[in-house]
Amino acid sequence: MTNLTQLTLADALDGLRKRQFSSREITQAHLDEIEKANPNLNAYVAVTAEKALAMADAADAQLGKTKGKVGKLEGAPLGVKDLFCTEGVRTTACSNILGEFTPPYESTVTQNLWDQGAVMLGKLNMDEFAMGSANETSRFGPPTNPWRREGANTKLTSGGSSGGSATAVAADLCLAATASDTGGSIRQPAAFTGTVGIKPTYGRASRYGMVAFASSLDQAGPLAKSVMDAAIMLEVMCSADEKDSTSLQMPVPNWTKSVGKGVKGMKIGVPKEYRMDGMPDSIEKLWQKGIDWLKAQGAEIVDVSLPHTKYALPAYYIVAPAEASSNLARYDGMRYGARQTGSGSLTDTYEQTRGQGFGAEVQRRLLIGTYVLSAGYYDAYYLRAQKVRTKILQDFESAFGAVDALLTPATPSAAFAYGEKSDDPVAMYLNDVFTVTANLAGLPGMSVPAGLDENGLPLGLQVISKALDEDACFKVGAALEEAAGFTARPERWW
Amino acid sequence: MSVDKKTVRKVARLARIAVPEEKLEPMAEELNGILNWIEQLNEVDIEDVEAMTTPVKMAMPMRDDVVTDGDIRDKVLANAPKTEDGFFVVPKVVE
Repeated sequence: MTNLTQLTLADALDGLRKRQFSSREITQAHLDEIEKANPNLNAYVAVTAEKALAMADAADAQLGKTKGKVGKLEGAPLGVKDLFCTEGVRTTACSNILGEFTPPYESTVTQNLWDQGAVMLGKLNMDEFAMGSANETSRFGPPTNPWRREGANTKLTSGGSSGGSATAVAADLCLAATASDTGGSIRQPAAFTGTVGIKPTYGRASRYGMVAFASSLDQAGPLAKSVMDAAIMLEVMCSADEKDSTSLQMPVPNWTKSVGKGVKGMKIGVPKEYRMDGMPDSIEKLWQKGIDWLKAQGAEIVDVSLPHTKYALPAYYIVAPAEASSNLARYDGMRYGARQTGSGSLTDTYEQTRGQGFGAEVQRRLLIGTYVLSAGYYDAYYLRAQKVRTKILQDFESAFGAVDALLTPATPSAAFAYGEKSDDPVAMYLNDVFTVTANLAGLPGMSVPAGLDENGLPLGLQVISKALDEDACFKVGAALEEAAGFTARPERWW
Repeated sequence: MSVDKKTVRKVARLARIAVPEEKLEPMAEELNGILNWIEQLNEVDIEDVEAMTTPVKMAMPMRDDVVTDGDIRDKVLANAPKTEDGFFVVPKVVE
């Protein structure tokens, strides 16, 4: 039998439906891989082997019936970012402050997966509360990127915040994984690990049961091995949900049908502001290749301008910390999580609980957020940033008057080594320079692996489309995937 | 605008985060690094611009004002650091 863990999700679902192998077999194969690889890769922070096998047996029973409903993901073993509440399974957002929190309820996104027959392998590593671009801030320590520079064994980051999800997908420790994206947390790790990631339009996926970071930016999406796999996952993850008032009350399209439709006649915008000073040559070249590939497949390339691009990151670092300081006020050590009593007074209990429970980066952002929202500063910071957001959205809207989608690099560099950027918060924040605009404007954005740099590390291209037009991302993403013929795999050193 | 040690102490108190005295100064420096970088937003002309709310205009969904949840006391208490007789136990609030 072929190695079951190396299958794409689409091929695995096909094999399961044809009964070429059982869900128990493919689930066990993944659990075996996790047991071998996880001590080196640290992708999973909890493995739910018993639950996985029970879910696999239930899926096999369903697949064995001659009649009855077979779910869209029936029998497929998946990983879940530790940001999604999973009933009866510890959920911590990789923060100490949540202690051994075990949710008595299920997030809507994961419930949608289980309703379609998916199997949960475990919970995946991430930056604490999704705040980070290297997955260095996790209470469980960072995961390690399966990819290494040619001829070197320096440990590289898988990116963040969904570093565990990206590591698990790239190392065949699950068929696909859930992730979330507030400023690039799906697309940057995808680019660093040679995987596909998409953040849909804000509101497509319910935020119910997803640990909140910045509510006006947070959006769930998948990390997957191919554009088709990402479409299969996203279709199931998204839904109109009355438990989230920002969830879009509209049907979820059949995105899988857009994969492979081609880009003939599409107009693709290339925004000149994404050409940054000091951008590595390899990224510049890859971007040009992407342009040439789409042109060769019949798309028309149009130069566009998004003049407010450079203000996106500074605006983000007001809006996101401000919303985080409000959202994370709930962690007071009273109703759940780890309580530190200090001197025993109420205020000291709050301060010690939060001082010891939150890591350095989370504290930094909470202080920024509290500062910009404090009396007298609201207009100068938060309100101004929200107005700059409108300018950024207007840039996109005027560009989309002339084009169907935008093509940009996904990240300003390939994966870097741990500690390389952690001394300077602003240098770390610049990782998200190409991805954060889509969050601020609420637009869909996809990262597709498109080539290797001079060190043999994967690089991604990003497609951004109009609100509600994820179809364009899937069409362009699939066209890039086909042209790039990206088949490189990390050498198995783990 | 630049923050000093005193401001960091005040903001940390507002955020209910215990920041040790020796960390106030380095934290002030870090915050200033970030705040100075954010200052570039002042270059943007935001005259007559409305603050962004959502990319997809939609009406706030309405629902019937009925109870849809409840009777789950034990679930609600299950993760509490301290409980007694079906209640949360918290530090003394009123002297």
